[in-house]
Amino acid sequence: MRIGIDVGGTNTDAVLINGDVLVSKIKTPTTRDVTSGIVTCINDLVQAAPECATVDAVMLGTTHFVNALLERTQLAPSAALRICLPATTMLPPLVDWPADLKTAIGGQSYMASGGHEYDGREISAFNEIEIREITKKMNADGVRSVSISGVFSPVDDAHEKAAAEIIRLEAPHMNITLSSEIGKVGILERENAAMLNACLVEVASKTIDAIRSAMVAVGLNVPLFFSQNDGTLMQSEFAAQYPVFTIASGPTNSMRGAAFLSGVPNAVIIDIGGTSTDGGMLINGFPREASVAVDVAGVRTNFRMPDVFSIALGGGSIIKSNPLQIGPESVGFRLSEESVVFGGNQLTSTDIAVANGLVEIGRPDLVKNIDMLFAKQVQKEIQKRVEDVVDQLKVSTHPVPVVLVGGGSVLIKNAFDGASDVLRPPNADVANAIGAAISQVGGQVEKVYSLTEMTRDEALDQAKTEAVSKTADAGADPSSIEIVDIEEVPLTYLPSNALRVKVKAVGTLQ
Amino acid sequence: MWHILEDDLESIAIGAGILGTGGGGNPYIGMLRAKQMIKEHGPIKVLSSDELSEDDKVICVGGIGAPTVGIEKLRGKQSYYALKAIEDYTGTKATAIISNEIGGSNSLEPIVPASLLGLPIVDADGMGRAFPEVQMKTYFVYGVPAYPMAVSDEKGNTALFTEAVDSRWVERMARAVTIQMGGVACYALAPMTAHQIKTTAVLDSLSLTKKLGDAVKNARALHEDPIDALLQVHPGRVLFKGKIVDLDRQTTAGFARGQVVLEGMDEYQKDKLTVEFQNENLIARLNSEVVCIVPDLICIVDSERGEPITTELLRYGFRVTVLGFPGPELWKTPEGLATAGPSAFGYDVEYADLELS
Repeated sequence: MRIGIDVGGTNTDAVLINGDVLVSKIKTPTTRDVTSGIVTCINDLVQAAPECATVDAVMLGTTHFVNALLERTQLAPSAALRICLPATTMLPPLVDWPADLKTAIGGQSYMASGGHEYDGREISAFNEIEIREITKKMNADGVRSVSISGVFSPVDDAHEKAAAEIIRLEAPHMNITLSSEIGKVGILERENAAMLNACLVEVASKTIDAIRSAMVAVGLNVPLFFSQNDGTLMQSEFAAQYPVFTIASGPTNSMRGAAFLSGVPNAVIIDIGGTSTDGGMLINGFPREASVAVDVAGVRTNFRMPDVFSIALGGGSIIKSNPLQIGPESVGFRLSEESVVFGGNQLTSTDIAVANGLVEIGRPDLVKNIDMLFAKQVQKEIQKRVEDVVDQLKVSTHPVPVVLVGGGSVLIKNAFDGASDVLRPPNADVANAIGAAISQVGGQVEKVYSLTEMTRDEALDQAKTEAVSKTADAGADPSSIEIVDIEEVPLTYLPSNALRVKVKAVGTLQ
Repeated sequence: MWHILEDDLESIAIGAGILGTGGGGNPYIGMLRAKQMIKEHGPIKVLSSDELSEDDKVICVGGIGAPTVGIEKLRGKQSYYALKAIEDYTGTKATAIISNEIGGSNSLEPIVPASLLGLPIVDADGMGRAFPEVQMKTYFVYGVPAYPMAVSDEKGNTALFTEAVDSRWVERMARAVTIQMGGVACYALAPMTAHQIKTTAVLDSLSLTKKLGDAVKNARALHEDPIDALLQVHPGRVLFKGKIVDLDRQTTAGFARGQVVLEGMDEYQKDKLTVEFQNENLIARLNSEVVCIVPDLICIVDSERGEPITTELLRYGFRVTVLGFPGPELWKTPEGLATAGPSAFGYDVEYADLELS
């Protein structure tokens, strides 16, 4: 028996799953502190289904962190330190970042001597004094989190680690993210991903600590897992250090949950939450993976991600007139306090949907006074923006089935441009939580093989076998295990012909 | 004459990625570098070869090294340093800059020294595609000497080759120096005259990159097939559609060598395509039959978005379309094939024109 929880910007959903069967589901508004909503959910779930006593694990997926990036809020003042001089200076850290995100995180960047050549030689000597000076500057600038990226750190991470050690001494409270632990070769993309992680660590640690104490408080002493971008699970301790690996878990969970619920293996899945809309293409029940660099909140990264297109539009999006503006700000979890239909005075997209008669939420009489011409105009614009998302995901002008999930899907009419069919599967309001609950476990192997002792094929086979057995050890059903990623980095600087191999396998939790 | 504006760089990078046939370095990084330059120094003037005057002195610059290294140790002003070294040695100031190759980031490399010196660049190059070795330039095949040549790194090192037996020796020496310089460097060659450009360069190749990139971008915006759009701008054909199932890649002696194996999809479902590369894609075999071979172009693009995929970015599981384009005519003469035909890459296969239907 498993509990799957999804913490969205607006609602917190929880489901109890027994094997392939949905036993019960709960939906509550996301609370300001995130955790009390989770506690409410778990408590309600336990009351509705006494079988909860036999729960083995809690799987949690959240869009909390990616929303922080999209809204540019709760981000720690962060700095990027690149160890590279005199190389790479023409394109300094954060070079291609959106200006507003750069401003939101403070946007400090520093370059220092060191880094490695592809063959393991140093580009220049590592300079402790320089790092100390930079740390002083970071302290003075109020930086609380730093990403450290050394040129060729995936080959040799010594300079990244040395810099981390100095910063830890000089700035004990600084959160540190090493790029070598986040991504692969490709300095700009790896550095970007590390920097996204850096500005999220603070909000992630805080949130995860609170959730774990809350679980203990309601007597749930079971492992807590977070779903990762690729649909596999990771332990919560790890998630607190590496929140960037969870930022696309929302869309992945939503797509996998939608596949589970709708039974449609090939479709565009549109998940409309309170703050954002995510779209993805489902191919044979799995999200299509991005084949080129993936933009996260406008930043180019290179880790393995589902091909997701996001816009800041949801049920809580704030509507302004003259000129018409829909989002990107959202009342988020305060929808049931601040939107007009709930007696508040912030006009949201949900109010517009109610005014247009698309849905009955709160008190429809409170939106009677909205100018219907204006309401229709906003509705048209919302519909168009979502149709545009579908349009961007499709690869031809042929209509495709569109599966609508998420609480905000009430904003959208069934008369949909570009769709061959609009599906709203039952229980779709908890698709993300279901996706989290059915998440798989993974096993990863990263090793250096000397090709003087074995052939490349033997090395790959050995790594694959090991990844498969690791996945089985993590609790996967052996018959469900498949290899999902193979990566090879040649290490030509070793005297023998050496190869670093990275293999990832996934399987269904038994 | 036309100008490269910041907004044109994306199209040029896409087109250069396609003509780069997997090599020539990461077009994104080349584009960002060019963008930084144009932001600081303004739009770049581009001259067609017939707009050059008799007294023009055109210096060719380019990058050298392994693309796998280039996405990590990003290039800076190395081509400017190399150009200054050549100017100092020859006592001749450049009046225009030309690219060594049109594929990948090399197509935009002239923008760096052109920006820093306020000079125009020429709409032509020495390959009409990308090739892995220095001697593989139409300039040298048709009589332009390969020396003096300067190679510079980011640290302040420059090597100058003042004499060489032939262009192959220049390649050998430059490559050895590049490995010592950490796998990426830039070089500059002796000034060329307008006549030399007109008779030995592949002309109008920079504008072709822009046309190819514009076609892909327009197709995406209109939700048309970007592959069809590419083939309309530049005649060629689809060699294969499939998924990457195996990838063998090594960085040795300054090159990313290896092969990629694709399993077919759609009408190619029962077939297998193997592409061997040495920085650039060299030979494509459908099952075991050769369907496209160097100097013709083998381009691997993302099936859905038409985005070119360079050899260092190939990954297990990618769904790709492999395109074949006829190579420039200058390469199909006996002297052209001797320098950059199948035998130059160690293949015991006779060159045959790409079948277009």
